[in-house]
Amino acid sequence: MICEQWRDKLDAYVDGAEGDFKGLEEHLRSCPSCSAEVLSRVQLKRATRAAAARYTPSQGFRLRVEKSVRAKRGPVRFILWIPSLTAAIAALLIVMSVVLWERHQVHEIAVAQLLDMHVATIASPNPVDVVSTDRHTVKPWFQGKLPFTFNIPELAGSPYKLLGGKLVYIHDQPAAQLLFELRKHELSVFIAQETKGASSTGESETRENGFSVESWTQDGLRYVIVSDTNAGDVRDLGNLLKAVAKQ
Amino acid sequence: MPHFAKLFNFACWLARDTTVAEDLVQETYMKALRGFSSFQQGTNFRAWIYRILRNTFLTSQTGLKTTAAIDAEDETAPELATQATPESILMARVELEAIQQALESLPVHYREVILLCDLEEMSYQEIGQTLSIPIGTVMSRLFRARKAMRSLLSTQAEGARP
Repeated sequence: MICEQWRDKLDAYVDGAEGDFKGLEEHLRSCPSCSAEVLSRVQLKRATRAAAARYTPSQGFRLRVEKSVRAKRGPVRFILWIPSLTAAIAALLIVMSVVLWERHQVHEIAVAQLLDMHVATIASPNPVDVVSTDRHTVKPWFQGKLPFTFNIPELAGSPYKLLGGKLVYIHDQPAAQLLFELRKHELSVFIAQETKGASSTGESETRENGFSVESWTQDGLRYVIVSDTNAGDVRDLGNLLKAVAKQ
Repeated sequence: MPHFAKLFNFACWLARDTTVAEDLVQETYMKALRGFSSFQQGTNFRAWIYRILRNTFLTSQTGLKTTAAIDAEDETAPELATQATPESILMARVELEAIQQALESLPVHYREVILLCDLEEMSYQEIGQTLSIPIGTVMSRLFRARKAMRSLLSTQAEGARP
């Protein structure tokens, strides 16, 4: 017969519940009846655990639930992602706007710089470093001065005249500036290596402060023509340069 | 899927029908997914998902049919255990089937508390969270459930005697 004093504590003790069981443990050491009771409850508990682990889900059922959970999780996740997605899109748009604005700014600065260089060139008493109308003189002059090479078109039979060229620096990178003449109008052609993250890599024709500006990229080189002549004349020179660059 | 196999086992014991148990488990996971935002991180996930399963069972057709009214004795002081301890005599020769039979014969509110305690090894606090009852009720219900089980085992042992 188990002792009345400890009866209510036996289950909690067997179940490993929190509590103070020091007194009970002390009692169990000296009470065979209560010890036997605890032992039988432990045995019943273990036997119940073994007997109750009876049912196992089939693989088919597991797969079925997994499938429905996945199907459910999809839209739920999508819905949960909507705020984040919206924020991400907004952030992306802001970043893109900033990047585009910055690129625009860089482009503006680059064009302004080239305009300044062109104006400074034609205002200078020594506008070019190599003075020659012969393309076979001007082009070799750049050898060893530039990390790239380029072709100058044959201008015989065209209204354009080569005046010469000089070495310039654009964004700290060496570049060639060729000077052409067309009916008393000077045209500067800047040739530089295309750089990653350049402000613009496409072909464009713009009008900046009364100057015609045409630019394009070809074979890894960036070409920019600046002149106070009209856009058609600039374009024609551009076509000559494009044609010779392909050779 | 956490606790899948154990939830299924528990559902089978509640419903005593594997097809119904499958529906219960599937619905439990769907409900858990839908209501995951209501689960408070850091609290007991196991108790939470078992509670969903149990509530799903209780509101199911099977649950409504099989759930007997919880006896009013739950809140009263535990009765004295019978002096006889048939399990000590039975254990050596009792078959698993005998315990399974006894479990099946128990009212569902006794069966579930024994399963949560002995099979799932939940603490009284976890059981309380799962069944939405205070710890004192967990203890008294567990006491009665075990007493009823011992009584069933004893009856089986009596019947098995030549």
